[in-house]
Amino acid sequence: MTTVEDLAGHFGPYGGRFVPEALIGALEELDAARIKAQTDPTFLAELAELHRTYTGRPSIITEAKRFAEHAGGARIILKREDLNHTGSHKINNVLGQALLTKRMGKKRIIAETGAGQHGVASATAAALMGLECVVYMGEEDTKRQSLNVARMKLLGAEVIPVTSGSKTLKDAINEAMRDWVTNVETTHYLLGTVAGPHPFPSMVRDFHKIIGEESREQVLALTGRLPDAVLACVGGGSNAIGIFHRFISDPSVRLIGLEAAGDGIETGRHAASISGGSPGVLHGNRTYVLQDENGQTIESHSISAGLDYPGVGPEHAYLHDIGRAEYRGITDAQAMHAFALLSKTEGIIPAIETAHALAGAIQVGNELGPDAIILINLSGRGDKDVQTAAHYFGIPL
Amino acid sequence: MTTPLDDLFVKVRSENRAALIAYIPAGFPSVEGCKKVIKAFVDGGVDAIEIGFPYSDPVMDGPTIQAAADQSLSQGTGAREVFDALKTASGLGVAAVVMTYWNPIEKFGVEKFAQAIADNGGSGVITPDLTIEESATWKAAVAKTGINPIYVVAPSTTDSRLPKVTSQCGGFVYAASLMGVTGARTSVSSGAADLVARIRTTTGLPVSVGLGVSTREQAKGVAGYADGVIVGSAFIKAIQDAPDEEAGLAAVRELASELAKGVREGR
Repeated sequence: MTTVEDLAGHFGPYGGRFVPEALIGALEELDAARIKAQTDPTFLAELAELHRTYTGRPSIITEAKRFAEHAGGARIILKREDLNHTGSHKINNVLGQALLTKRMGKKRIIAETGAGQHGVASATAAALMGLECVVYMGEEDTKRQSLNVARMKLLGAEVIPVTSGSKTLKDAINEAMRDWVTNVETTHYLLGTVAGPHPFPSMVRDFHKIIGEESREQVLALTGRLPDAVLACVGGGSNAIGIFHRFISDPSVRLIGLEAAGDGIETGRHAASISGGSPGVLHGNRTYVLQDENGQTIESHSISAGLDYPGVGPEHAYLHDIGRAEYRGITDAQAMHAFALLSKTEGIIPAIETAHALAGAIQVGNELGPDAIILINLSGRGDKDVQTAAHYFGIPL
Repeated sequence: MTTPLDDLFVKVRSENRAALIAYIPAGFPSVEGCKKVIKAFVDGGVDAIEIGFPYSDPVMDGPTIQAAADQSLSQGTGAREVFDALKTASGLGVAAVVMTYWNPIEKFGVEKFAQAIADNGGSGVITPDLTIEESATWKAAVAKTGINPIYVVAPSTTDSRLPKVTSQCGGFVYAASLMGVTGARTSVSSGAADLVARIRTTTGLPVSVGLGVSTREQAKGVAGYADGVIVGSAFIKAIQDAPDEEAGLAAVRELASELAKGVREGR
């Protein structure tokens, strides 16, 4: 079984395009450019060369044997996207879109960022390719992730703190879309996740599916068989779709996305759009959304800025509805426990986003037992989170 | 069957002028205050009123309308207040429409929403983020209830796409004067006249121009080539800048009557 979206970007009832008419031309231009690039040997070679010599691909896998003792003894295999240049999976998508930007003859990119990972990756690609870069970041997030703000500035990007609404990722996306509506002729919106209007969910997935393609081969080579489960954290869902996609047609492989349950889904203070939301339209696509009875977006809550988003990519909404993927909530406390555990058992400090997937692995490992093989997308490293974690664990700075 | 909006454009065409269309978000500056603003619009000579459904993520709106929407939402404005304001406007004898992003319609129930518009005397709905590709359920609901579906077209809308959008419109075609978000500007983009001319090659429907119109002079200029002139942020700013409610209402009446002169001077 495989899931294939239609030409207008519908994943079953999800996805599509709900945007001001002013953006239709740019979205169609982008769609044409990305479809052409998919079969253009020059583009593919250029991107592959960048990944080899700049990103550091293929990223390795690491078996986490000491961590596994806390996960029912299952074999735990980490796909090390944290070792990519800029410290997360985000660079995969950014390099692809930056190359497309140049092909479309545009000189300016704008991006939204939550945790700052996508902003840093975008600023990096802009520096590498000589593009002007403006990053919109919720004011709340600029405080939580001040180190990444500094990194973006050092890379030559302009960071604009967004003070409207909840001052987090969703409002940064609103502001980026307003900029794009105004400057669409010269500007590409380098959207950082598998959400937004078509073709973003498909295009961003296609730039990240290399994660699953590489790790499927690597796990087969290491263990001789496919994993029983593939786990990833889900905010917008780009790293999860990236590692899931190659496995969708392997029916024996369970796909499990871990959403941010914040203080607990029952408290209403969470960011678990699939587990705790309902179908609606947000940021240009139909998907699961945290919303009230009037269709107003409800502010999400998570200790992880990168998962603090009240929507999710439409392909995840569809995979959930057809039962091909499962989605579970992981609370802040469970994530921080896993964060500390991986740090102390494996010498790897994960991003707090990623720690949600690790907490899921503890659950799933205990459910499946020692014969199971679990592949986890270690989507980002935790350097940016040291301040948050130190505060959480009461370590004086 | 025609709506009051359809009738309005027949009337203004016979008077050889443009219609003045004013925008106010429901529940702004308060639920009761909004009704007073609507009355002030009518007293000042506004021909049609657009009631905004305040939304948490208004990507087509600039800072002025965002702030008004936030203020309204913080006071708990929902669908009921939108329909109440619509009823107030239509009860005063002017054509009234709702402008809303798509998600509140979908959440309310698509057909139920269209029916509620009709039941409260509304003529139609402006849907700034509903693309024609996603409009199948809306199209059916609109056909059933007889209200006007008003879509926005932009300067970037291509000649090949334009007829696809305008053929789905009823009441009027909303021409965005420029590439950008709502908000007062010092001049109306010269691209607006060109866009209106391009629209007219695809449809006989009236064309109204919005985005950036705030003064009598600008209204006069737009009325030279368009059938309707839409003003939003300038009214909201007049209310926000006023020291108290009475002064705000007076400013709204004054601005409306100036703009009403403008739409009569364009030809």
